[in-house]
Formats: sequence, C-alpha cells, structure tokens
Amino acid sequence: MTEPKNSEPELVSAPLRGEVSRRGFMSALALAWTAFGLASAGMLGACVRFLFPNVLYEPPQEFKAGFPADFAIGVDERFKAAYGVWIVREAGGFFVLSTVCTHLGCTPNYLPADDKFKCPCHGSGFIRSGINIEGPAPRPLERYKVTLAEDGQILVDKNTKYQEEKGQWGQDGSYLQYDA
Amino acid sequence: MGQDIKNLVDFLTSPTLYFIEFTLAIVFALKFRAFFTKKSVITAFFVVMTVFFVWAFGDPNFNRIITKPDNIPIIILLATVVYFSWLSLRRAYINDELIKKGEPTVEASMGKQRVFTWPDLVYSELIFLVLFTAVLIVWSIEITAPIEEPAASARTPNPSKAPWYFLGLQELLVYFDPWLAGVLLPSFIIVGLCAIPYIDVNPKGNGYYTFEERKFAVAFFWVGFLLFWVSFVILGTFLRGPNWSFFGPFEYWDLHKLEPMVNVDLATYFWTGMLDMARPTNPIIREMPGFVSLFIFFVVIPKALEKPLMNKLFNGDRAHLIRYHVMMQLLLWFALIPIKMLLRWTVSLKYIVGIPEWFFNV
Repeated sequence: MTEPKNSEPELVSAPLRGEVSRRGFMSALALAWTAFGLASAGMLGACVRFLFPNVLYEPPQEFKAGFPADFAIGVDERFKAAYGVWIVREAGGFFVLSTVCTHLGCTPNYLPADDKFKCPCHGSGFIRSGINIEGPAPRPLERYKVTLAEDGQILVDKNTKYQEEKGQWGQDGSYLQYDA
Repeated sequence: MGQDIKNLVDFLTSPTLYFIEFTLAIVFALKFRAFFTKKSVITAFFVVMTVFFVWAFGDPNFNRIITKPDNIPIIILLATVVYFSWLSLRRAYINDELIKKGEPTVEASMGKQRVFTWPDLVYSELIFLVLFTAVLIVWSIEITAPIEEPAASARTPNPSKAPWYFLGLQELLVYFDPWLAGVLLPSFIIVGLCAIPYIDVNPKGNGYYTFEERKFAVAFFWVGFLLFWVSFVILGTFLRGPNWSFFGPFEYWDLHKLEPMVNVDLATYFWTGMLDMARPTNPIIREMPGFVSLFIFFVVIPKALEKPLMNKLFNGDRAHLIRYHVMMQLLLWFALIPIKMLLRWTVSLKYIVGIPEWFFNV
C-alpha cells in the first residue's frame, strides 16, 4: 500500500487590509500581558508596602520592667495589658512568657489557684513554665529575651523569642539567672 | 428527687455520653421510624420537654444559660430542628409505604393539583412576612443585645464563644490544629457539599420524600447535619463553660473547676508507654506511629474497601473509580472528627502526628 498523496492545496493566507497578522497579534498580546503584569506587580508592591507603615503606634518592643528584687516568686501580671508578657520569677531567676496562646492566639488567663495559664477560647492549658499540657495548643508559650540592663533593671526584649520545641529555651537570654 | 434528676442530667451530658446518646437517638429514630413518626410520639416528646424546661427553669444555673440572650435562638433551633426532622421522616415513611403498595407518592398525587401564585402563594408569604417582622421587632425590643465588655487585648472573655452558628467549628478547634479545623475541614465541608451532585448520581428521591430509596444519603444527612452541626452547636452553647471546660446544664460555672486533662501525643503513648524508651529526637522517626496510622486510615482502608464497595455502589464499573475515591476521602476526613473527639475524651489523645517544630499536627 502506498501512502495517499496529499492532494489538498496548501493554505496560504496573505494578510488582508484591516486584518491582524499573526505576528501583529502576538506582539499586541505580549504588550497587553506585559502591561497587565506590570500593573499587577505595582499593585502587589503597594500592598506589601502597606504592611510596613511609616509610624507604628505600638509600645516599644524593648522595655525595662523594674528591679529584680521588686518581684516576688510567681507570675507577675503587671505587664500583661501594656506589653503582652508575663514575667515569672522562680527561685533561680526570671523568664518572660508571651501572653499569646500558641493554638489560635487568644490571651490565656493566669489562674493563681491552679498555678497555670488557661485559654478561654479552646481550653488550652499551660503550666507556669509555659509548657502546654491541656487542650489543643501544639507547643509551649514563647519566651522573650530577658537580661539585666546596666542600671540593674530587668530588660525585656520582645524582638527575640525562644521556642521550646526548637530547643531554644536553653539559649542565653531566654533565662535570667538571679539569686537573691 | 429534684437534685437526683439534675445530677442524672449532668451525668448524661458529659461529652462522651452526650455524643453516644445523640448517635443512638439518630440510629433509633431512623431504624424504628414506623414508631417514631407517629404524631402521638412527637407530641409526647414535646410535652415532656416542655415540662422539663418549665421545671428546670427554677434552677439558677440552668436558668442562666437558657435565658442568656445569645442562647434563645438555640432553644428555637432545638425545637424546630426536632420538629422538621420528624416531619421529613414522617413524610418519607408515608411515601415508602405507598411505594411498597405500588401507589403514587403523596407529592405525585399532589402534583396534579394546581393553585394560583396570586393570591394563594403571595398572600401567605405576605402574612408570614408581617408576622415574622413583628416577632423580630418584639424580640429586639424585649431581649437586649448580648454585648460584651469593651475589647481589651489583655482580657479575653471567659469563656470566649463564637457566634452560635459557628460553635460547631469552634468545637473542632479543640481537637485539631488551627490549620485543619479552621481552614482544611471547613473547605472540605464546602467542597464536599459542592461535590454531592457528582458523587451521588442516584436519580431517586427527586421531588418527593423517601427513606427506603436512599437510605445512605438521608442517614448521612442526619449524621452530618444533626449530629455534627446541630448537636455541636448545642454542646458549645449549653455545655461549654469557663476555660472551655465541660459543664452539665445544672452545674455551677466554677472558674476553677479542676479537670485532670493532661493530653498526650500518640508518639508519647507509643515510645514511652509501649516501648518504655525516650521519644526519638528526629521528628520523622518520632512520629512514625502517627504516619503509619494515617497511611492505614487514608490509603489502606479505601483501597481495601475498593472492591466490595465498588461492587455494591457501582456494580463494579471501574469508570466510577475516581468518584469512589473522592467520596471515600471526604468520608474519611469526616470520620476523623468523631474518632479524634472520642480519643480525646477517653484516652486524652492530643495529636496523632504532632510536629510543632514544623507546625504540622494532625
């Protein structure tokens, strides 16, 4: 069997007046997409820029919390409202806990009678060290950097945080040694 | 006597029992529908419930949750959902009996009659519109809006409850990682609802009530909507109290209710409990039991059931393979919810796979 010969004439279409050629169409398309891409990129850039405002109306991320001797053993709630931290003093020193539940971000309550933090939204519970024991919270509360300032006051730096599940609670700054 | 009843109700509304009772109620209602669809049964049910509510109204703790302005829609929901579920089942039962005798369904006979849109339909619509508006006006005047204290970042209301219609989703958040309970599972609900017409291609039951002809579909609706939406709304409204602990309806909302509920990951159960060794530090190895369980659950089970279920549902026609697997995945995700809840309530299981290092918890 022989291949049947292609008897159909080849289709050649010359651009007619007023008709768009294939090349012309492609360049118009490229131009349109470029313009659309640039406009989208500009819009995205503006949105990203919006996330970094010129002025921030929030308390400073670094603050002095007073002298270590002024703290009793236990959980200090004085800085919860303004700075979102609990300053905890133990026999051996200090650490600073974030007041943001690691489940969905509610603010837990400190229950002095049970000595634990309990979240009212989904029932997550944390013991005084910040370790999660109850409810859905997948990881312990975060700790912030705590050091002694030159004038002897406690200096809390919320820019640096330490997460237990990443093994960071042993790092310098996560715990302030203090023996009175 | 009165206190005994209150204690009994508190006992019966503990989460595990509550869930089992609700499930059994659905099973019995569907199984013995010939009995439960009688008018006398539903009348007796409502009489007993009314008597109970009137009696319990005197209890200060019960009174407090029942009369909270937020919770009044739930009381209405409770009554209407029971009534309309009963009504649909009754209609289905009547039709099933007719079909058995070879007679046309009620809807088929009714379809021969015609009424006018105007005035028959529009008149009743107008009347109900006016009545409903009047009720809403009285409601909004008489029952003040349940506005809470001013927002403060340091003080979250305790308990912090979502709007009542979202309490089912909030309940899921207690058992799952936020990504699962807040994003993935709600997406599955929406996607699954959209997928129903493509998965369920049974043409029966169009335009008339029936149970016999589509047992699985109706039963699944009862489980999915009544058990997993309505019952969770009720659970979240009446049984969740301060610190998101469980409280019976007659129990005092004690802020310091001590609940021993230390949760344990599956990995801890496996390595520490069963093998009596320290948990491995590498998360992948540590969570192997969880990964294996999930693999069995999501891959082995649907594969093992493929042949029998394909034969039963689609007469073994391989063209329906994708349909079958989509359905199975949706059903298994659905089944994960009660499994996880019961495991939490009974053995305090926290996560099957728990890798907080990478924010991956199931």
